Amino acid sequence: MTQAKPSNNSKIILVCQGTGCVSGKSLELTAALEKAVADLKIPGVKIDFTGCHGFCEQGPVAIVEPEGIFYTHVNVEDAQEIIESHIRDGKPVERLFYKDPATGEAVPKYQDIKFYSKQQRIILRNCGHINPERIDDYINAGGYQALPRVIKEMTPEQVIDEIKRSGLRGRGGAGFSTGTKWEFCRNAPGDQKYMICNADEGDPGAFMDRSTMEGDPHTVIEGLIIAAYAQGASEGYVYIRAEYPLAVKRVRLALEQAEERNFLGDNILGSDFNFHIHVKEGAGAFVCGEETALMASIEGKRGMPRSRPPFPATSGLWGKPTTINNVKSLATVPEIITRGADWFAATGTEKSNGTCVFALTGKIANSGLIEVPMGIPLREIIYEIGGGIPGGKQFKAVQTGGPSGGCLPASYLDESVDYESLAAAGSMMGSGGMVVLDEETCIVDIARYFLSFTQAESCGKCVPCRIGTKQMLDILERICRGEGEPGDLELLEVLGKQIKAGSLCQLGQTAPNPVLTTLRYFRDEYEAHINEKRCPALSCTNLISFYILPDKCQGCGICRRSCPADCIAGDKRMIHIIDQDKCIKCGTCLEVCPERFGAVTKVSAETIDVPTELVPVTAEKPGAAKETS
Amino acid sequence: MIILAVDNLTKADVEDKMMVIFSRHRGEKQELIPILQETQAQFRYLPAAAMKETAAFLHMPESTVYGVSTFYAQFKLTPLGKKIIRVCRGTACHVRGASKVLTELESRLGIKAGKTTDDLEYTLETVACIGACALAPTMTIENETYGKMTPKKVVEVLGDTSEAKQQQ
Repeated sequence: MTQAKPSNNSKIILVCQGTGCVSGKSLELTAALEKAVADLKIPGVKIDFTGCHGFCEQGPVAIVEPEGIFYTHVNVEDAQEIIESHIRDGKPVERLFYKDPATGEAVPKYQDIKFYSKQQRIILRNCGHINPERIDDYINAGGYQALPRVIKEMTPEQVIDEIKRSGLRGRGGAGFSTGTKWEFCRNAPGDQKYMICNADEGDPGAFMDRSTMEGDPHTVIEGLIIAAYAQGASEGYVYIRAEYPLAVKRVRLALEQAEERNFLGDNILGSDFNFHIHVKEGAGAFVCGEETALMASIEGKRGMPRSRPPFPATSGLWGKPTTINNVKSLATVPEIITRGADWFAATGTEKSNGTCVFALTGKIANSGLIEVPMGIPLREIIYEIGGGIPGGKQFKAVQTGGPSGGCLPASYLDESVDYESLAAAGSMMGSGGMVVLDEETCIVDIARYFLSFTQAESCGKCVPCRIGTKQMLDILERICRGEGEPGDLELLEVLGKQIKAGSLCQLGQTAPNPVLTTLRYFRDEYEAHINEKRCPALSCTNLISFYILPDKCQGCGICRRSCPADCIAGDKRMIHIIDQDKCIKCGTCLEVCPERFGAVTKVSAETIDVPTELVPVTAEKPGAAKETS
Repeated sequence: MIILAVDNLTKADVEDKMMVIFSRHRGEKQELIPILQETQAQFRYLPAAAMKETAAFLHMPESTVYGVSTFYAQFKLTPLGKKIIRVCRGTACHVRGASKVLTELESRLGIKAGKTTDDLEYTLETVACIGACALAPTMTIENETYGKMTPKKVVEVLGDTSEAKQQQ
């Protein structure tokens, strides 16, 4: 860290202030730790904050340096104990250590936690370790070393050559060579060129770009400046979603700091290179992640895409040559310059170099942000880093690439994760959302969910996307309601192929992917919905029923009292009955029925015989203490 | 321009505040979205009168301002409630039961997502992802985040905030 010389008793507590941990009250925790230190008058202790550590599942998290003790689920009430026991008395608070979900063993140091030890962090190298609001933290961590080298020792062509040689491909999803993209723009005729950072991360379930900007904004800015130098751009934009207020704040602050140090502005570092960066806040339109729509939005117009060519490299923002790069691509650039193209190219697979960042969420033990080398087997991500599926449930599929990607079944667990193999499986790398689905997730519902998202976000300009996605969504909704008809699946496939072929931009061209891949791998689930009116995952509300098993019910009444629809009849020691016509299928009765009774069951396409009127309980009492009403 | 029944502000009501906003801009077309964002921050929606002033300031047709205002989800043409409830519909929240939470909120508040209660107390919205996936399903009321939501917790949380309001 940046603070003055660490003496033996100087400790720093780094509290995560990424969005996830802030939701868990990490701001209050920071204040409580500061207060405890002040109250106990302990010298040499500093409380600082960082951006996202990535391990959001365990939040709020805090690291005590220099020893690297990692505390999880830290509440405001724990602050006093951490300061007293760990900082004053030198006894770390064991109950806040991370517990390995497989072995139950407590792991005190973050380097030893599998979630971290299996990762390789290039883009996220500083996230969670530096204070994102201090430029000196970034500089002390090796930041702003690439920029002076580029400006003083390299020609723009050499920079482009280095990036091309590194094999860096766009991290926004499509995977086009970043260096080649820069070369197109460099060679395009025109005096005025623009360099844009696309931070309009809109995929539901993806938060990689936001965490990078919140945790290490300067690396993105340094990458952007280097890119501008390579292409001869004098004006730059960072286009960020307005829904990311913290990222907007930190990027703006970082820009001010970079300008103060002359990394940005006129005559950067004494050269004749000028570059100015403006922040543009998006206004809530998913399609603005598409290059041409994004540029229309910066120009103040409705964010609708246009057909290409001309490509932005020749005619982009206000008709000038423009390059648009994703946050993660730019965040990688300074490291490639500092450590060399060969170093970067040594990681990953032959065609997909370097690392990729995923937001790992869904039915997984360790939700969070991870960075892994390209080519890692999917199984390693899910079972070693992710800690597997919680609650002993079965893995069903993993969804990558968000609403543009697809679902991969268990047979793909041993495939490598890179641009080529994901595309071959019908999915895509996308921007990095990775959602794990278990046996309780209905695959038809997931396809419907993603399509409802893209359908709502379709800008309406071209017919295949505007009307086609609506037709597909209508069919999927019917299937989920149990009104599917023979021929629906074939129709979905035809529509999907036509929408992919006929849409103007990637939103429409990829919108059918979640449906097409699930039809390819999970056709039997669709068929069960249509032919048997059965939801195998017991998830689609219209196709499931809840029953109280007469031979198990103890008549305790807890389900009756908890039912939000008041549709359970019963009395003390009488078998309870659900009125199927009134039931809203919320599942509350199943949740509250004591585990030792196990009297509520959920079924699909089945009926269970229950008494028509109240009769006394017949089940024998379980050995455990009885439930009183 | 379509003027909505709940939008009662006139030119006189908005003029002074719009002048302050315009003073931060140069009158270029690309400033339309930032101006609309600042207008909404000021009024909690885009009054028709303010949009007309904006069109005049930027020398563009009113239809262009209206077109941009209706394109982006962030912009609202009717006043928002005092408290904005946002239900996360990110993928992680979806697979962990966000739709049940939303349904419960819709029935408790008597409004559909995207609408405001008649007493202007609550606006109910859905958002794509608030990034607190580990707490899924989540919702926020103003700046407070509520994690691991269930239909039952909706009742508690709503009761909670209305009681807090009475104490103030």
